Amino acid sequence: MALNTAPNIPDPDGFYAELLATHEGLSDDDSIALNARLILILANHIGDRAVLTEALAAASKGDKS
Amino acid sequence: MPLDDRYQLAFKLYPYARSTDQDAAAPVRHPVVVLGGGPIGVATALDLGLQGIPVVLLDDHEGVGQGSRAICFAKRTLEIAHRYGCAQPMLDKGVVWNLGKVFHDDRQVYEFNLLPETGHRYPAFINLQQPYFERFLVERVREVQAAGAPIDLRGKNRVDAVDVRDDHVILDITTPDGPYRISADWLIGCDGASSPLRKMMGLDFEGRVFEDNFLIADITMKADFPTERWFWFEPHFKSGDSALLHKQPDGVWRIDFQLGWDIDRKEELKEENIRCRLDAMLGPDVEYELVWTSIYTFQCRRMKKFRHGRVIFAGDAAHQVSPFGARGANSGIQDVDNLGWKLGLVLNEKAPESLLDSYDVERRYGADENILNSSRSTDFITPKSKISHVFRNAVLDLAEHHAFARPLVNSGRLSVPCVYDDLPLNTPDGLPDGPARTRPGAPCPDAPLGQGFLLDQLGGDFVLLGVGVDVSERLEAEGLALRGVKVPAEGDTRVRYLGDAAAAVYLIRPDQHVAARWPAYYNAMVRAALRRAIGKD
Repeated sequence: MALNTAPNIPDPDGFYAELLATHEGLSDDDSIALNARLILILANHIGDRAVLTEALAAASKGDKS
Repeated sequence: MPLDDRYQLAFKLYPYARSTDQDAAAPVRHPVVVLGGGPIGVATALDLGLQGIPVVLLDDHEGVGQGSRAICFAKRTLEIAHRYGCAQPMLDKGVVWNLGKVFHDDRQVYEFNLLPETGHRYPAFINLQQPYFERFLVERVREVQAAGAPIDLRGKNRVDAVDVRDDHVILDITTPDGPYRISADWLIGCDGASSPLRKMMGLDFEGRVFEDNFLIADITMKADFPTERWFWFEPHFKSGDSALLHKQPDGVWRIDFQLGWDIDRKEELKEENIRCRLDAMLGPDVEYELVWTSIYTFQCRRMKKFRHGRVIFAGDAAHQVSPFGARGANSGIQDVDNLGWKLGLVLNEKAPESLLDSYDVERRYGADENILNSSRSTDFITPKSKISHVFRNAVLDLAEHHAFARPLVNSGRLSVPCVYDDLPLNTPDGLPDGPARTRPGAPCPDAPLGQGFLLDQLGGDFVLLGVGVDVSERLEAEGLALRGVKVPAEGDTRVRYLGDAAAAVYLIRPDQHVAARWPAYYNAMVRAALRRAIGKD
């Protein structure tokens, strides 16, 4: 399975709002910690090592394509 | 330079005695000289001596230094010591533990049970102070010497210079009676992490230095802690950035505190300061006595090559790891196990000298695996950046409630022997659907056999193991006598050596690693695999 970079989240605006709401009121440090926990939870859910490697590479490239 | 002791001895095991070599007109030549009388050097002497190969061991002290140092000895080490005939006293004296607990701040994050697989003679680990481990090895040397093994341990013999030639090495030695000179066909350097031999030869030792200091306090106390391994990340009692509590024999507890990089060593080693940390951890009501204290830093590094012509390095002299995972002394003993039979075959002219290059290849592979594991543990225990600290604590936070995060918690990945996958002495797997744990290159797992255990039948020489199939008791090939061992296809042996196969034939090296395996006996394939395993291909 390759990394899916096509639109895949139903209700994108709702998800984005929920992500921001989860961070609301947190200090920068607490937000960073929350993000780290979130990454680990999602990574475990994906579970596929090759996909995770692709995701890490895609994130490293940032806004460059 | 005077021949003064650099450290106090725990046990005086090989007091200086004048050798006739010191009165010889010309330097006496020996097949093997071992440099260093620590656990790796003494085990090397024992391995060779048991093969009947004359070996001289030189050490600049007369026994074992004080301090518990290496305290965790793994199953594989005990199995090797069993072959040498000295595992029982280690097991009798050692503390067996299975339960580990991991804490973050004031919360228990999780606990793990090593749950040792049944059907092995030895437990996954014992805790035993290094001086005892060394003493039992030397006591075994004394026993086999009495039975005629040609081992010569020479205390207070300091090597001050080496002259490495193509086919021998000349050693200049200082003793209390003055200097003398010997030469050796082969010199084995087991002289520790700061190896004077490595320095004399100007050889590299490169890798990563970890900028941290750890305080060891060995204490005896009356408090009744269970025999478990307790590890704290960022403990609430603030005695260090991490802390470890581990039980040793004689009612001694090992406590480690991570102090950070910028410390005043002398100040930290003052008894009142050590007691401050211990009081905070143990509480005000616990009475204890300090047995031994030390501060250490560590590196993860190795030599580029372990073999340099007629000089071969083993143990900490060749490679160094962090203490997390108990991969120092345990990997050194695996070096000895790997080197002993190869050097024996070369000296007895049964194998080409190039067989010793396979020691270099296999044990560098092992060292790299140990360095990788130990570096990863260290990076988890002592995060080097803000973000690695954030992720580390995220793992710990999640581990308390989510099982998935627990495998990410790394307070040390405990030493297991490596599998020499795809290395030159192996023959490609003839039983590819067989159990992965017994594939070519793997160390043989133990299994019950009759009143004893399978590993009792393996090792020391090449064995042809027939599992559920007949093999001849003795097969002459390549100038060697292959010893046939037939075992029934049942119980743990079936699970570990057959899987779904009906039968299998294994070619097993003298160090109990699998060289080749097949579903049946094929004479020509066995012969070819043996040739390959002794470096003739």
